[in-house]
Amino acid sequence: MSELNLTTAPAHVRHGSNIGQPLTRRDGVLKVKGQATYAADNHPSGMLFAVIAASSIARGRVTSLDVAAAKRHPGVVEVMTSSNKPPLAIDPEIKTNPFVFRMECLQNDEVRYANQPIAVVIAQSLEAATEGAALLAPRYETLPARVGLDAGEAYVPPVVGVGSPTVNEHGDVEAGLASASQQIDATYETPPQYHNAMEPHAIVVAWDGDRLSIDMPTQGLILSRARIAELFGLPHENIHIRSPFLGGGFGSKGLMGGPPVLGIMAAKLVGKPVKLVLRREQMYGPVGHRAPTRQRLRLGADGEGHLTAIDHHARTVSSSYDDFYEPAAGASHTLYASPAIRTTHDAVRVDTGTPLFMRAPGEATGSIALESAIDEMAFACGMDPLAFRLKNYAEVEPITGKPFSSKALRACYEQGAARFGWSKRKLAPRDMRDEAGLLVGWGVGTATFPAMMFQAEARAAIRSDGSGVMEIGAHDMGQGAWTAFAQIAADGLGLDVDRVEFRSGHSGLPDAGIAGGSAHTATAGAAIHNAGAAVIAKLADLATRDQRSPLFGAGNTGVVARDGKLFRRDDESRGESYADILARAGLAEVEARGMGTPNPTAQADYAMHAHGAVFAEVKVDPELGQVRVTRMVGAFAAGRIVNPHLVKSQLFGGMIWGASFALHEEAITDRRTGRIMNANLGEYHIPVNADVPSLDVLTVEEHDPHVNALGIKGVGEIGITGSAGAVANAVWHATGVRVRRFPIRIEELLMEL
Amino acid sequence: MKQFDYVRPATIAEAVAAAAQPGSAYLAAGTNLLDLMKGGISRPDRLVDVTRLPGLDRVEYPADGGVRIGALVRNADLAHDADFARAYPAVAEALLSGASAQLRNAATVGGNLLQRTRCAYFYDTASRCNKREAGSGCDARGGENRLHAVLGRSEGCIATHPSDFCVPLVALDAIVEIEGKGGRRELPLEELHRLPGDAPERDSALSPGDLIVALRLPAAARGFAAHARYLKVRERTSYAFAVVSAAAALRLENGKIAEARLALGGVAAKPWRVRAAEQVLTGAAPTAAGFLESAQLALSGAKPSGENAFKIELARRIVVRGLTSAAAGTPERIPALPASPFASVSGALHV
Ligand SMILES: Cc1cc2nc3c(=O)[nH]c(=O)nc-3n(C[C@H](O)[C@H](O)[C@H](O)COP(=O)(O)OP(=O)(O)OC[C@H]3O[C@@H](n4cnc5c(N)ncnc54)[C@H](O)[C@@H]3O)c2cc1C
Ligand code: SF4
Repeated sequence: MSELNLTTAPAHVRHGSNIGQPLTRRDGVLKVKGQATYAADNHPSGMLFAVIAASSIARGRVTSLDVAAAKRHPGVVEVMTSSNKPPLAIDPEIKTNPFVFRMECLQNDEVRYANQPIAVVIAQSLEAATEGAALLAPRYETLPARVGLDAGEAYVPPVVGVGSPTVNEHGDVEAGLASASQQIDATYETPPQYHNAMEPHAIVVAWDGDRLSIDMPTQGLILSRARIAELFGLPHENIHIRSPFLGGGFGSKGLMGGPPVLGIMAAKLVGKPVKLVLRREQMYGPVGHRAPTRQRLRLGADGEGHLTAIDHHARTVSSSYDDFYEPAAGASHTLYASPAIRTTHDAVRVDTGTPLFMRAPGEATGSIALESAIDEMAFACGMDPLAFRLKNYAEVEPITGKPFSSKALRACYEQGAARFGWSKRKLAPRDMRDEAGLLVGWGVGTATFPAMMFQAEARAAIRSDGSGVMEIGAHDMGQGAWTAFAQIAADGLGLDVDRVEFRSGHSGLPDAGIAGGSAHTATAGAAIHNAGAAVIAKLADLATRDQRSPLFGAGNTGVVARDGKLFRRDDESRGESYADILARAGLAEVEARGMGTPNPTAQADYAMHAHGAVFAEVKVDPELGQVRVTRMVGAFAAGRIVNPHLVKSQLFGGMIWGASFALHEEAITDRRTGRIMNANLGEYHIPVNADVPSLDVLTVEEHDPHVNALGIKGVGEIGITGSAGAVANAVWHATGVRVRRFPIRIEELLMEL
Repeated sequence: MKQFDYVRPATIAEAVAAAAQPGSAYLAAGTNLLDLMKGGISRPDRLVDVTRLPGLDRVEYPADGGVRIGALVRNADLAHDADFARAYPAVAEALLSGASAQLRNAATVGGNLLQRTRCAYFYDTASRCNKREAGSGCDARGGENRLHAVLGRSEGCIATHPSDFCVPLVALDAIVEIEGKGGRRELPLEELHRLPGDAPERDSALSPGDLIVALRLPAAARGFAAHARYLKVRERTSYAFAVVSAAAALRLENGKIAEARLALGGVAAKPWRVRAAEQVLTGAAPTAAGFLESAQLALSGAKPSGENAFKIELARRIVVRGLTSAAAGTPERIPALPASPFASVSGALHV
């Protein structure tokens, strides 16, 4: 992205390598000045505005639309409905690969959920298009909506999450429960939640013959391009997608949904560039959400507080027309040692948009239930909840018996507890008050998230002036990819970060894989690292084979790259600059590519997870039941930390989300119509600043030689896990009331206080 | 959105004449009205922008010892008027507990009084709603109604009035000055908002063209300054409407309650003043037992309208707490977390 002048960011004092330095975000100045262009900021000339008309019923058929009224409205150019939409090259119902989800793009008049697009109005102004959409006054043939976790016959889905088995079993759970001296049998519910990225889904699209130019936030440039290519029957190289910045995605911008496809269709229909932006309420339907769950946990423990069995069953929902199952019970696979573990799932079909990955899918929902149940068991055993967790510390991955590639969780517990002051906690609930008489509660939760790797490629070059180029179509969702990847690139190229031109954020660059699964830094980082190594190897080759070079004869393995020079490993007084090597060879640049891929052997041999311990303090009004989180401390071990600044922000964000999960967030669905009644940020509550006044994050050093070459585990999602449970447990500790329905609401506490 | 005319009258008389025509609506800061228009809930043909009208943006202290607040005074400006906050601390606290700093900076006094309900079914144009469309039905009944009214509701509507500001105002006998087709008149604030009865579509006693020009608090309201609080329970610490709120004000003489004022918010279609609950305190010492009795009386007619029985118990407790903290005395400064149960927590920053 040559238009992004990121290297103007303030310089930073560095010692040694770039990786590990707390650089502030290199795109920060652009963002503060409002110069970072997000998709919807692009206005190609002649652009028209497209607005979606969304269904107000959750199930049935559109029987009429007043297209004429909409078209009569001044400024309206065209109305796209199922009868005049441009054809697609393939039926969007066909799942061509496991990452393809069915979408609504006006293929027929069927309505499968509330807020489904049923028409698109294209006009000269946003206002005209909006009014045109309102004038369509749709009529429907309505069928009864299926809503909630008991909406129909439950079934066992073939897989949950991404291809994970629905049932996992290790040891004899019933025997473990039968032998237990303490048992917990508790059911927890979590609500539907929506990603609610600050930036709404948007697309600005221009056709030029059979070429497509697109501005669109995406967490998966190449995956999105492939989907667009198959839907419109275009060669991949005819499609160019720019996505330099995302205003958050959290999983909802990973895979193509219907709305951007409708934008492309609309541009085709009118033969002009089109911009289509979802309204906030339209984000509650076609772009995914976290499905609700009902989880039953049965735990057994012996007289000493050792778990004898964990039985974790999760009920969830999927849409009527596609399959995604929140793998909630999977949270019980990795955390606590138990001779017997069983995890099972079932589901019902409801009339919603298809649920999807949402920040820590499975782990977030599963963890709040598991951490609550573990807390209940600790109390039943008369033990401090942290001591109980330590007693059941898993030395190997419980469900598989595999060793961990690394696991510094014990240090997380220790350091987090010390920072928090956990040792002063009273064992009994409702036993702590502050000076104002508010109930005080302290809770702990264990955080966990798998360390995954996908596949990515990067291209590196060294130019004749000795500077470097690194290219990879990576995604900056606000997490700081522009900065962290530049740091990895700089080390890979043996250059200062300001000597590297880091190009990213569009589909013309090598495939960075997706920004998801907390694996982007590890995956794209490995590709960048390897591309750097490959180009340095070429450079070394040039030098060591050339008699005129001071490095002649050193051999590839005999040089190191640093500060724009190669040095003999055995004699660092002999070296030569990149510029000199290229000048002598008469080359404008050398380039090479590198891949980031998982190592199947290491993956087969080791269980790979990041871990953490979160401690939360809440205060509860003893008569009124209002709850506030006053303090959270999180200690995380996530392998190598590329940029402590950015990592801290990610973990802060995750921990706040955890507090939100426990206390605030919930989409309220009308039980009769299936419509979401709080589809706006005024009423869909997430925490405001006053809700989480004090946050503290520490990262525990962890060296992991197995996860990947750089030892990176990822921090994007783990912050939610553990945190939600810690807050819920703190509410119990403050009040003595165990609320098993989330978010915890005033009425559940009030009547028990 | 729908196309509409926009007029910006220069005088109050012009404004009234323009707004008296069918399909007109006054536009103040628009923080409520524009949301309603974008959602298609209000579809006026003409907006009469009152924000440039002269003389309506002042807080005046007439010789009779009361205060007269122009309808265009911003919520934040009023709350931060030091003289006002000293004389009517519960009103300032209520204002600062509402919405967000940005909204308070924009929102006007008149707009706050006349903001519409937050009933989700009122906002959802696909739902039946008697308030939005007379006679269409009420989908809040039997729906997601845990935050709906427990007092003064009718078969036709169970919505609440969401304003925080209005709650202490009604407790303190505020008067609304109205300019209408027939000239200037005034109305106790308590009579401005209507209970739904069989005409939920009518929120207020105003007729088309009626413009609120000012709000007055009588001198007597200052008598409560030393013992006046607003308390608001909400589902996050800030930037949320009240689940239930209460304004409590006491005039103490020689350790006895000479006069009490009490109003509840978030329980009915209007700010809910409860005179019987005030009177039972008159002449009594400020005791927990007395406050509880007052709370029982305040909620005596309350009935759940759905899944909101908890609001009745919550309201009782809020009344007791509100009266207790009023008796304890108005704090020197408005707490950093205004009207919050966490107001007493030290070290909090202003929100
Ligand atoms: C996200 C959000 C959160 C909020 N939270 C709270 C909260 O916690 N507590 C709270 O109390 N409020 C809250 N509010 C509401 C806010 O207080 C009101 O929106 C605001 O006070 C309205 O004032 P305005 O000047 O913007 O009125 P407008 O939106 O301009 O007008 C509102 C109504 O009043 C009419 N009107 C305005 N002025 C006059 C006049 N002088 N004479 C006659 N009619 C008039 C208009 O025609 C319109 O019908 C919130 C609002 C939002 C958007
Ligand atoms: S409660 Fe009142 S405002 Fe809400 S839907 Fe019913 S009639 Fe409309």
